[in-house]
Amino acid sequence: MSQRTLYNKVWASHKVATLPTGQDQVFIGLHLVHEVTSPQAFSMLREKGSKVRYPNRTFATMDHIVPTANQIRPFSDQQAELMAQTLAANTNEFGIKFFDLATAKQGIVHIIGPELGLTQPGMTIACGDSHTSTHGAFGSLAFGIGTTEVRDVLETQTLSLSSLKVRLINVTGELRPGVYAKDIVLKIIQVLGVKGGIGYAYEYGGETIRRMSMDERMTICNMSIEGGARIGYINPDQTTYDYIKGREFAPPADKFDTAVDYWNSIASDSDAEYDDIVHIDASSLSPVITWGITPGQSVGIEDKIPTPDSVLAEDRKSIEEACAHMKFTPGQDIRGIPINVAFVGSCTNGRISDLREAAKILQGRQVASTVQTIVVPGSQQVKAQAEAEGLDKIFEAAGAEWRGAGCSMCLAMNPDKLVGDQISASSSNRNFIGRQGSATGRTLLMSPAMVAAAAIEGCVTDVRDYIRS
Amino acid sequence: MESLKRVHITGTAVPIPGDDIDTDRIIPARFLKEITFERMGEFLFYDVRFDASDNIIEDYPLNLPEYQNPTFLIVGQNFGCGSSREHAPQAIMRFGIQAVIGESFAEIFAGNCKAIGVPVVTASAEDIATLSDYVAKNPDQPLDLNLESRTVSAGDKVIQVNIADERLSAFISGTWDASALLKANLDQIKQVGERLPYVQNFA
Ligand code: SF4
Repeated sequence: MSQRTLYNKVWASHKVATLPTGQDQVFIGLHLVHEVTSPQAFSMLREKGSKVRYPNRTFATMDHIVPTANQIRPFSDQQAELMAQTLAANTNEFGIKFFDLATAKQGIVHIIGPELGLTQPGMTIACGDSHTSTHGAFGSLAFGIGTTEVRDVLETQTLSLSSLKVRLINVTGELRPGVYAKDIVLKIIQVLGVKGGIGYAYEYGGETIRRMSMDERMTICNMSIEGGARIGYINPDQTTYDYIKGREFAPPADKFDTAVDYWNSIASDSDAEYDDIVHIDASSLSPVITWGITPGQSVGIEDKIPTPDSVLAEDRKSIEEACAHMKFTPGQDIRGIPINVAFVGSCTNGRISDLREAAKILQGRQVASTVQTIVVPGSQQVKAQAEAEGLDKIFEAAGAEWRGAGCSMCLAMNPDKLVGDQISASSSNRNFIGRQGSATGRTLLMSPAMVAAAAIEGCVTDVRDYIRS
Repeated sequence: MESLKRVHITGTAVPIPGDDIDTDRIIPARFLKEITFERMGEFLFYDVRFDASDNIIEDYPLNLPEYQNPTFLIVGQNFGCGSSREHAPQAIMRFGIQAVIGESFAEIFAGNCKAIGVPVVTASAEDIATLSDYVAKNPDQPLDLNLESRTVSAGDKVIQVNIADERLSAFISGTWDASALLKANLDQIKQVGERLPYVQNFA
């Protein structure tokens, strides 16, 4: 049993009661809502004649169904337009703040929460979306929930939950140039497996994590769920506080020191006890890239796609299934695999620092004529910042498309989709069969810089060649 | 009134082969553009049940004549990983499935199943293989899941299954929909809100 970790402290301070079933009733400090997983919850509320208990603790935006090429309303997709209108009507009826397209603050829910200063240390945060783990980067307990649970939060501001074990993942070592937070998290999933985190909250620690910016920490926590962990978090520190200070929903200046004292108090104690501890050496990492159909099926850029006889018997079938879908040959080099689409964006890598890294690689170069390259800012504020820095001009000069904010090609709920068995180099988080909109489509996950390099060469390549030259 | 208690479930089963079956596979994202769950059952496993021209893929287990109207799904490891979409368990439930038996389940998926009254129980790889084998040979024979004794009977075979105590208790007492339990503590909820510094704006 873990003790004196951030997880234990925040859980204890938010615990309302032990329910007759034995589960804990836990207060939810921040609730985020988007158009896809909320309409049924609002309908359930309406049917019961219930109200929202704490309307000022829920915030809404629209991201999954938003087209990124043309955001004029009404959307040409009638179903998307209906979802957008339904969210507007629901938030209006129940008194919830909605960051709609016209607010200049719309974006992917996991990007706007931090950006607006809503996401803060020591909170419990829930959203009907599995990548809610992203917000754990601030030292909060943040996790995805289903739609019935969205109803519960709206109605009571609490959830019925079972507690988790805590695994400390200690990351040490200096990253080599061309290796990013994305590579670390892909490596963690490769090592611990896609189900290794079931039943655990992951605490990421170690000097490598401490040196990271908030953007990088969010990339790490974002993909906790790909490793099976519903929650991933990082203890808050000065980097966290500097990020939050001055943002729209941050504690006001005269209360900020009080807030920092509180935030320091909820961090894991130096003698905290964990259920498990894992060490990851980041200094030897090369860029990591997935080749298969789960985020755990990845290799370093110098490596080959595994052969069935090189792995444990229990993994053989999944390698065969993955190679069959990907149309790759076991033992083939990952480097040199041709791509059709390059996608920079998503809640994993759609923040300003991600766009800057991609722009550094694309500056003064051209994407291959065989590749459609789309760059999608994670929020309207990221878009405005990128344009202020001239990044949009760099992308367009390189032959990439500069889009409006949304989830875009991370999943198949808007017009951005793979066609047939196209291969995409993608900075998103899931390479599941069909994820990017075609049942035969293929996804290679990698860092935004690696996506940019692949776009230029028309095939999977080592971005470090671009950084050296 | 239909009882909310889930104690005994009896019916035929269908084995779904493979590990790490994610919720995008259980219900592809394009079917999520509906504001109700009503039609989700129609879209269950759509891209493996139907080809690109919407023709039935005849040899997919759910399409085989011997596996029509199943009560149980028998699945492998890490079933329901990925997206938190409740559309996935809703599709399973609305297809007529009343419980899922597998080697392991993703956490959010298992929680969503509990919230809508669909027990998911785990068993060892060996026992899942035994069950799948039994079902393949006897597709018309019902299995019997007894949550109280945490067992599944298949003919004369009885296997042990696992389910967390809290979830078991919720199913047996019929309180898997937590709404009423949560609302019983409105005073305590208010007290916790008043105690949390950030809820009080650090005043
Ligand atoms: S960017 Fe992708 S993973 Fe993130 S919220 Fe949108 S669809 Fe989900």
